[in-house]
Amino acid sequence: MDFYMGDNVETVRREAREFLAEVMTPALAERIRRTGTMHDDAFAAALARRRWIAADWPEEFGGFATDVMEMYALNEELARVSSPVYGLSTTQITAGAIKHFGTDAQRRQLLPSVARGEVLIVLGFSEPECGSDVAAVRTRAVRDGDEWVINGQKMFTTNGHVGDRIFLLTRTNPDVAKHKGLTTFLVPLSTPGIEVQPVFTMAGERTNITYLNEVRISDDCRIGEVDNGWTTMTVALTYERVGVHGLESEQLVQAAEAWAATPADDGVSPLRDPAVRRTLARAATETEVSSLLSRRAAWLQSTGELPSVEGSMSKLFASETLCRQVEDLTNMLGPDGIRSGDADDASPWGVIEHMLRAAQTRTVRGGTSEVQRSIIAQRGLGLPRSH
Amino acid sequence: MNLRLSADQQLLVDTFASLYRDLSPTSVVRAAESGSGIDNKLWTALVETGAITMGVPEEHGGGGAEMLDLALVAEQHGRHLAPAPLIEAQVATRLLASLVDDGAALDLSDLLSSGRVVTLTVRPSSGSLATLVPGGWVADVALVLSGQRLLIFDLEGHRTKVDNTGGLPLADITVPADATEIASGPRAQTAFSVARFEWLSLMGAALVGIGERALEIGVDYARERKAFGQPIGAFQEVAHRLADVATAIDGARLLAREAAWAASADPDRFHQLAAMGFAFAAETARAAGYRSLHVHGGYGSMAEYDIQLYFRRAWAWAAQYGPPESAYDLVADQRYGLGAER
Repeated sequence: MDFYMGDNVETVRREAREFLAEVMTPALAERIRRTGTMHDDAFAAALARRRWIAADWPEEFGGFATDVMEMYALNEELARVSSPVYGLSTTQITAGAIKHFGTDAQRRQLLPSVARGEVLIVLGFSEPECGSDVAAVRTRAVRDGDEWVINGQKMFTTNGHVGDRIFLLTRTNPDVAKHKGLTTFLVPLSTPGIEVQPVFTMAGERTNITYLNEVRISDDCRIGEVDNGWTTMTVALTYERVGVHGLESEQLVQAAEAWAATPADDGVSPLRDPAVRRTLARAATETEVSSLLSRRAAWLQSTGELPSVEGSMSKLFASETLCRQVEDLTNMLGPDGIRSGDADDASPWGVIEHMLRAAQTRTVRGGTSEVQRSIIAQRGLGLPRSH
Repeated sequence: MNLRLSADQQLLVDTFASLYRDLSPTSVVRAAESGSGIDNKLWTALVETGAITMGVPEEHGGGGAEMLDLALVAEQHGRHLAPAPLIEAQVATRLLASLVDDGAALDLSDLLSSGRVVTLTVRPSSGSLATLVPGGWVADVALVLSGQRLLIFDLEGHRTKVDNTGGLPLADITVPADATEIASGPRAQTAFSVARFEWLSLMGAALVGIGERALEIGVDYARERKAFGQPIGAFQEVAHRLADVATAIDGARLLAREAAWAASADPDRFHQLAAMGFAFAAETARAAGYRSLHVHGGYGSMAEYDIQLYFRRAWAWAAQYGPPESAYDLVADQRYGLGAER
């Protein structure tokens, strides 16, 4: 048993830090903060030049079969500085479906441009009336000769306003069990009939609602077999970039420690206050646990296992802990805790205030805590299926 | 990174799991808590397998095991609520061995071969009184840091038994004036501090074992017990809370093992991780005990159900050092240096 991640992994980590020191400029961070858009073409292109976008793909798809733990370290470093990689993650998921279920033509056309960071694909799974129960989607795709006509609405289509294509989960057969009548399509966002409207979170993060009105596409856009979309989507999700959790907690702890080390108006550093020390120590401890659970899931994946329960534990613990930590730390700051972290003159610990608003989505996106707990209870503990 | 146990480590776990299964069933645990707090048959077996001295370097007649090995044994110790002051004795003998290395005039081999049980205080003591000393009621000899002096003395005649929540063999101890000083000054303080963090590390691992088994008992009950026509584990209210506990247990186990691993592999982080591991495991074991006890409904509080044994020990084993908050204070001291206004 060895908790050291290895010399090769640490080399990648060092390279990633050097790269990010150059590329993740204050101007880019400011642009992300102002627009709430978690994607940047130039950043993606720079990552691609380092061959870091598709590094873990098999060589037949233009990757380098890079070790899972090396990719994990890279992703940790990207997350540590809040890099705009959300769009890369959704693109990777879709690329996974193309690798598995795409035609040769689709692979040739799409995978190289994904690896070069030239195409941004957004997810069109959730709808206004279905999230966790995603098999209940209502967006309809109806066949018309060699074409399909799509009507419906997709919710939380993050990056839809800057993306190139949307990976749609649609209902093609309403007369069978809900998991069995679904089909996936990869549709250019420039197709007539698609309208992307902004939705902002309370943390200023930009997502969207996408309306699909008589969207007419060629059958070439279909990924996988007709009515087999559930399988296509679930396999695609296993290609999500190795989940990295706990880095936002680390940012919080660092911000809180910076606050605590700064003398207050009376000249006394809050670090002398036992209550402050305990709050910080607890937050640091929980952050270590988040990191360990996350690294364990990645390590399992590196050994060839599919860390289903362990991945759920990592996501559940890190996101729920983040929400609790940000409450503790906001309380610790007293009234100053509500000074906006987004203001131009925000203090270095403004990240705590920002995170109070940002953290609330973390227990939802990528699978709600309730879904994770059901996975852990049923697959991990062997409890009966619950409702 | 490799989170799999090596073949040797797995063998160690299997060996002790088997020993505890045979010698520390809950019937033995119950008998010990209405007696002195130790089961002599179990203790003899632990002595004979070399468990007490397994962490002592080989040149001093020990097993030369790493802290991680001791932590894996401690997990099993906690899992079976073993009524024996193993962790105290392991840490105390390691402390003595480190002093011999350091040139102390101490006949360690004599003490180790005498079969006498050594324990240590894990909290700083004030004056001549050391309260709630782990294993204090059944050990023969105690190590106490008094100011800057590390003292050793026979316990007989200097102790008062403390009945307690966890049926532990605790005693309040009066340090005799003629106790033997075996080290003093910074050397004594450093050696004692290392021992204290080792104890926290191993007790953290033991608390993981308590929590892990408590969770299993709760899960088993939730699968069997029916209400409103279905197993209660099919209700999300029950299932999801157990899922939270299972997640925390996995985290606590990883942290406890990382701490013990760091003792030799990443020594600069050992003290901090040991305190973190103890605090988090203490909270997690409590949560597991609480949750599983309450899954049992009214049965959870009944003396004849095993879950109450785990609930009580989750509190008591940790409280020998103090509440989790006191370990968080140690984490803070490691991260920010001393300087709190306490």
